[in-house]
Amino acid sequence: MTAHAESLHAVEGHDAHHEIEIPYTVHARPDTGLYNGKLGIWLFLASEVMLFGALFSTLILLRTSAPTWPRGWEELNITLATINTFNLIASSVTVVLAWANLRLGNLKRGKLFLGITLLCGFIFMGIKAVEYASKFQHHHYPSTNNFFATYFVMTGLHGLHVLGGMVVFTYLLLTADKWYAKNRDQFTNRVEVTGLYWHFVDLVWIFLFPTLYLL
Amino acid sequence: MPPKRQVRVGTQWMYARDAQRALEEAIRVAEEEHREREHQIPFIRKYVFSTDHKWIGIQYAITALTFLLIGFSLMLLMRWQLAFPGKPFPHFIAQFLGQSNAPGGVMLPEFYNQLGAMHGTIMVFLAIVPLAVGAFGNYVVPLQIGAPDMAFPKLNMMSYWCYLPGGLLMLSSFLFTGGAANSGWTSYPPLSIIATQGQTIWILGMVLLITSSLLGSVNFIVTIFQLRAKGLTFMRLPFFVWAQLVTSFLLLLAFPPLEAAAILQLMDRVAGTSFFLPSGLVISGTPLTNAGGGNPLLWQHLFWFLAHPEVYVLILPGMGIISEVIANNTRKPLWGYKSLVGAGVFLGFMSFVVWAHHMFMTGMGTVISAFFQTTTMIISIPSVIILTALIISLWGASIRFTVPMLFALAFLPMFGIGGLTGLPLGLAAADIHLHDTYYVIGHFHYVVAPGTIFAMFAGIYYWFPKATGRQMNEKLGKIHFWLSLICINCVFMPMFYQGLAGVSRRLYDGGAQYAHAKNVIGSNVFISSAAWLLLVAQVPFIFNFFYSMFKGKRVGANHWDATTLEWAATTSPPLGHGNFVVIPTVYRGPYEYSVPGYDAADFLPQNVPDDTALPPASGGGMLAHGAVAQRED
Repeated sequence: MTAHAESLHAVEGHDAHHEIEIPYTVHARPDTGLYNGKLGIWLFLASEVMLFGALFSTLILLRTSAPTWPRGWEELNITLATINTFNLIASSVTVVLAWANLRLGNLKRGKLFLGITLLCGFIFMGIKAVEYASKFQHHHYPSTNNFFATYFVMTGLHGLHVLGGMVVFTYLLLTADKWYAKNRDQFTNRVEVTGLYWHFVDLVWIFLFPTLYLL
Repeated sequence: MPPKRQVRVGTQWMYARDAQRALEEAIRVAEEEHREREHQIPFIRKYVFSTDHKWIGIQYAITALTFLLIGFSLMLLMRWQLAFPGKPFPHFIAQFLGQSNAPGGVMLPEFYNQLGAMHGTIMVFLAIVPLAVGAFGNYVVPLQIGAPDMAFPKLNMMSYWCYLPGGLLMLSSFLFTGGAANSGWTSYPPLSIIATQGQTIWILGMVLLITSSLLGSVNFIVTIFQLRAKGLTFMRLPFFVWAQLVTSFLLLLAFPPLEAAAILQLMDRVAGTSFFLPSGLVISGTPLTNAGGGNPLLWQHLFWFLAHPEVYVLILPGMGIISEVIANNTRKPLWGYKSLVGAGVFLGFMSFVVWAHHMFMTGMGTVISAFFQTTTMIISIPSVIILTALIISLWGASIRFTVPMLFALAFLPMFGIGGLTGLPLGLAAADIHLHDTYYVIGHFHYVVAPGTIFAMFAGIYYWFPKATGRQMNEKLGKIHFWLSLICINCVFMPMFYQGLAGVSRRLYDGGAQYAHAKNVIGSNVFISSAAWLLLVAQVPFIFNFFYSMFKGKRVGANHWDATTLEWAATTSPPLGHGNFVVIPTVYRGPYEYSVPGYDAADFLPQNVPDDTALPPASGGGMLAHGAVAQRED
């Protein structure tokens, strides 16, 4: 095929998809040093900081103005929460390993580590379910008092974030082979961006654990 | 005779004139092909679930303008009750309201409260912000920075499709038992927590709207940082883009706390928690069974932490539009571009630390009040810098009094009145008297109505030729302008002295039962009449908008002889998805009008190369871009 025919072919392929090309979707813009998705996720995380920041402020304000406030360790299960903390930290490591392996061209190991990360997500949600069930068994509901109200709202919202991450990991795992073959850099970037989000979710738990369980 | 120069196009050397012809032909063919491709896109992807920022911008514009009219109509109903308390509505309106809201044609107090809450909510969250950011930002920003689209076109689509259902959900709440939300647009607890069902719908609607603006703001910031054309450094950005950038940061960081607050209020309403309910609350003689221990002030803090930056979300894009229009119609650079940018960024930053000046009367304590009073006085400085720079920009100009320029010129004193009347409200002592009176209503409506909404009108008249290739009728535009300007002042000016006399803003009868209001509530009939006339004044605009879309005068690509990329580097209307045949390169700042020593025209577009021999005809920059080298014959 001549170069001319090749370029014609490329134009036709372009037409068929009606897609336009947005710059820096995969490779970094030299002066900002970021590709679009990475900047996007950092901004999204900044807004998430404000979301959880408002909830932590609420907790501080309600607690400091309350005449009595239950101690976390008297009401909640510290053993389970500690296991979950290490579980989430481990998953933060595995998601980095997944990304690193994909970068090095090792799809198989990349997928393995993505799978382990997803598994950690399942373990976290499972343990959380056990905790919630035992609270309900003891007739502790959000309406019981403001301690449980903040506990359920904050861990509930965090749980939704974990769930969101798990959905994305499942999607990435299911499409990995096809996508990796088509555009390796783009797929690796998506894992990196999801990983950044996952670290944030992990970090929120690192703050939730001491404030709710230990103080 | 000067030597004839040649330019290289690809590998071919050509005389400049031949190259220009060839490129013109190439661009014509490319555009034709592009349009053909556009025709192949299925209807639903092109017009309903479009990912093209221009079409999404138009979707936003039409939806937001509709909500603007709806929000306005709610207020017109309230004005009847205020002008003629207890008198039945004319039959054709009473029929429409129904017996449950207005038995015998007389509006119930509960319905009045619903109208008040929904007027504020619709105007702020469904009309002005989507118009200023969703419509103008979406349509203009990518074109002004030379980008083929927003950074995340699908997110952009999702952002619109969160906004529309959110808005419809809000409107639908009128149909629920007990009607729409009726605790004011601020939804203060405990009132909002014991309120009827409509409040729950309000919260769910807000969650959708917050999601929409979050997606939008991430998209805008990434687009502006990442997709600027080559040579378009930050200090070469049009001020409109700067305004949108700061606005997006405000939306990004201020909305999440309200989302958190909305979740907490939702829990209070449906799960029986007591985040905002104090202990020992008794309602209509019955003690509340909730656990208590919550704090109503907490809601106010979380709400105003959003809602004060929101005020700047309302005004900054307007200031951006006004800057574009003023630079273009004074035919000279904006005075103090750097101070404008600096003031805009500082304004954005400060807007995060003034929120509690809305709460001087809640008993926060004098120390906190003093702190927020100080920050409030500080934030007035950047606003004054911006307004001053815009006014000085007029100095010595030979002004073109086009319709957008008329609106821009009116914006300056109107926003000035709105801003200056805000100073007494920012002082804790003066606020004791003025708090929650009609003075407050007059103040912020001067900022938002003849301020922001006039800026929106300026923007519509200014960019209409860009979006449609046709100009809006000037005569109808001038009728629209003068009638609106007169009516809107007749509506809001009397509110200042009503408020100074102490008339509360939340009275169902407009103050008829209070002795201290006796001397000033006579003007309620005058205000209401002016408000109804203001509706009539919008008829020429609405007619003009649709008429000009199909029958307006056809105009060239760069109708206003502007310098910024959206005019200088694209056709009008721009190409379909992708915007530019050749992405432009930028060589200079945004407002190079009447450049000394440049005699070809009184404007030098951003994308014309410094050493070009080509005249800056419309699309000229695109042509010149193809030349990568020059040599002399």
